[in-house]
Amino acid sequence: MHPLLTDEPGKKMFLMGNEAIARGALEAGVCFATCYPGTPSSEIPEQFFNISKEVSDFYFEYSVNEKVALEVAAGAAQCGIRCMVTMKHVGMNVAADPLMTLAYTGVVGGMVIISADDPSMFSSQNEQDNRYYARFSSLPMLEPSSVPEAKELTKVAYDLSEELKLPVIIRTTTRINHVRTTVELGSLPQRKPVGSFQKNPFNLVTVPAVSRKLHKDLLEKYQRAQEKAEQWPFNECTGNGKIGLISSGVSAAYVKDAIKDLGIADQVKFLKLVFTWPLPRNLITNFLKSVEKVLVVEELEPILENDVKAIAQEAGLAIPIKGKGVGGLGRLYEYDPGLVRKAVAEFVGIQYNPPAPLDLSDVPPLPGRPPNLCAGCPHRATYYEVKEVFGTESVFPTDIGCYTLGLLPPISMADFLICMGSSVSSACGFSRGQPKKVVAFIGDSTFYHSGITGLIDGVHNNHNFTLVILDNGTTAMTGHQPHPGVNPEAMKINRTRVPLEELVRGCGVKDVHVIDPYKVKKSIETLKKAHEYEGVSVVIAEQLCPLFARSTKQLKRSRPFMINYERCKNHRVCINKLACPAMYLDGERVIIDKNLCVGCAVCAQICPENAIVPLKE
Amino acid sequence: MENKRIVMVAVGGQGNVLSARLLGEACMLMGIPAIVSEVHGMAQRGGIVETSINIGDIASPIVSNNEADVLVAFEPLEGLRALNKCNKNTIAIVNTRPLPPFTVAVGQGVYPPVEKTLELMNAKLKKVVAFDGMALAEKANNPLALNMVMLGAFIGLKEVPISLEIMKKVVSEKTKKEFLEPNLLALELGYQAIGN
Repeated sequence: MHPLLTDEPGKKMFLMGNEAIARGALEAGVCFATCYPGTPSSEIPEQFFNISKEVSDFYFEYSVNEKVALEVAAGAAQCGIRCMVTMKHVGMNVAADPLMTLAYTGVVGGMVIISADDPSMFSSQNEQDNRYYARFSSLPMLEPSSVPEAKELTKVAYDLSEELKLPVIIRTTTRINHVRTTVELGSLPQRKPVGSFQKNPFNLVTVPAVSRKLHKDLLEKYQRAQEKAEQWPFNECTGNGKIGLISSGVSAAYVKDAIKDLGIADQVKFLKLVFTWPLPRNLITNFLKSVEKVLVVEELEPILENDVKAIAQEAGLAIPIKGKGVGGLGRLYEYDPGLVRKAVAEFVGIQYNPPAPLDLSDVPPLPGRPPNLCAGCPHRATYYEVKEVFGTESVFPTDIGCYTLGLLPPISMADFLICMGSSVSSACGFSRGQPKKVVAFIGDSTFYHSGITGLIDGVHNNHNFTLVILDNGTTAMTGHQPHPGVNPEAMKINRTRVPLEELVRGCGVKDVHVIDPYKVKKSIETLKKAHEYEGVSVVIAEQLCPLFARSTKQLKRSRPFMINYERCKNHRVCINKLACPAMYLDGERVIIDKNLCVGCAVCAQICPENAIVPLKE
Repeated sequence: MENKRIVMVAVGGQGNVLSARLLGEACMLMGIPAIVSEVHGMAQRGGIVETSINIGDIASPIVSNNEADVLVAFEPLEGLRALNKCNKNTIAIVNTRPLPPFTVAVGQGVYPPVEKTLELMNAKLKKVVAFDGMALAEKANNPLALNMVMLGAFIGLKEVPISLEIMKKVVSEKTKKEFLEPNLLALELGYQAIGN
């Protein structure tokens, strides 16, 4: 049985934030969940995916993208079913279109949308602050400051959602999602996986006349949400000092520790906000009236700070309200306990000596350890082959996935990336904007997510580029989730495959090729045809991700390779052009680590001396 | 007990995320508050994986620069790189077996000699315990059990009140049964490596 289905109220489990959120949803009776995976949110749907294989009254799907995920859940929510939709922060941009108007129609069954933000961009292309989405959509937002709170908050968010008849956004950050601590389980209710739909077109079909009324309704719900925020038990005020501190999310944990570490509990009054939109304006006003000055501690944008300033202005309060700029608190990157401690000490005006940094001036420059494509990764072979045909001067728009690592030397074949799917559409512009060849790279999952629209555009508008779809049979980057093109049998899922090649041809592409990147010579011959083609050509580089192949027992056992030093003339084409992590230098000699080599044989095919041979057993 | 801030650094694949989680589980079993933080995603593709474990009355999930009480380095270069997490009172446990990054193989940097690394760490930190953890993992018949060796060594340091028996119990309950025997042996060998 899946551990999150443990029905022992009071039992303690050591859970990751994402597991705690999934458990909170289960404790609220959620039985319908959708997502597109994305760090740091991916482990929430992973729980649901595994649970849905075990129990028949929980529906879960990996949707094609976040917009689709939200729309699928919106349909279920209209039937009165409790559902959850999860995404990373930039996924919210993809889902923004349905989000803004789903706020108008509202929901019947409770809906919680998880927006997992990534300050410091551990695994993201930007660090946008999704607290703006609550303000943008007028939807309520809750922000947990700890893992146990994330579970409790998720649970009660469903009651809030059904009471207000609105989706509720829970905004987390990496340091909630990817943190583990002790969580106490509550009880699991009976799930109700089937509801009913009451037709109500003049409240649910958002033509202008309907939406004019619905927007007014939304603002009334928003008022009620604000009243709920005023009474929200998770908002917490501690201390009786004259110096005010306001915070939310994981920053509140840093503030709590700073107060204790600095021994200033008697000097400060701390307001931790959990219901962060609409803001509890009266609660904040009363707080402001009780202190002499206030420091707002929040990662990223000064959103709360500006709102608190506006609330003070309306209340006619002239006390100093500070935030960004105090003791190194900035708009960039995530905060940490030391940074917040320093800022709080400065604001309170006490002497504080942080632990002195070590003198590291005698430490030599250290070699970098950037992430790298795995040993035997088929993307490495594809990049090598494309470079052989298209050279280094072609323009290479790329996309989001493991293959973005093609940015690094010695591959160095990534020129532009802004978001999921941008490789294909930007290739259209690059092919018009300059004379050189354009080769766009996209992964299979990303292609289904949002690459296909760019491809249709490219065909229809007669653009001229080659699209290489790196089809490794899974969503590799985020942990091998399925997508519409995967082999359902291998993944043991009851789903229908949407074949990639047929899809590409169906988009109107005339020049379509499928290669096996492990076959170097043949792949290069095929790529030459795409190179000569005028118009949109597509090359599907089909080879399973070796990690995925291993975990799904599809890896064909191949012997690892070794170097025959009698033949090797030390050209080092292998290590210099491929930089496979199974290879390393020992003195002047290239060595293949037999424990890492998966036997793809790509290096053996490019060695000018044929010196790379299968290991003799 | 005194609060302890622990940082574990490793190369993707060495398994420090599991070590940190098991340490957290052991704390829970002992009724000691613990928060474990880990970084996922890009870091897993052979890059650096840093985890932190805050034990005691601490709400924050991460450890700031200069604030680690204990550094557990699964790889010597990464130990050296993580000195920014340490201060003069930090205790470090270091596996001395190098795992050179591919940047070194393609000539984009020089791997610092292990003796030099240990000399630098010894000069700056309160105490450095260095040993070939990989050799112990190999002795335990599982090269993948380096994470158990390092976990055993951390327990052996006795900076937190978790006994080897408790740790063994957690490992027995929370890791794959097929590797249990080598894992327990690796844990024990690590524990002994620290002078127990």
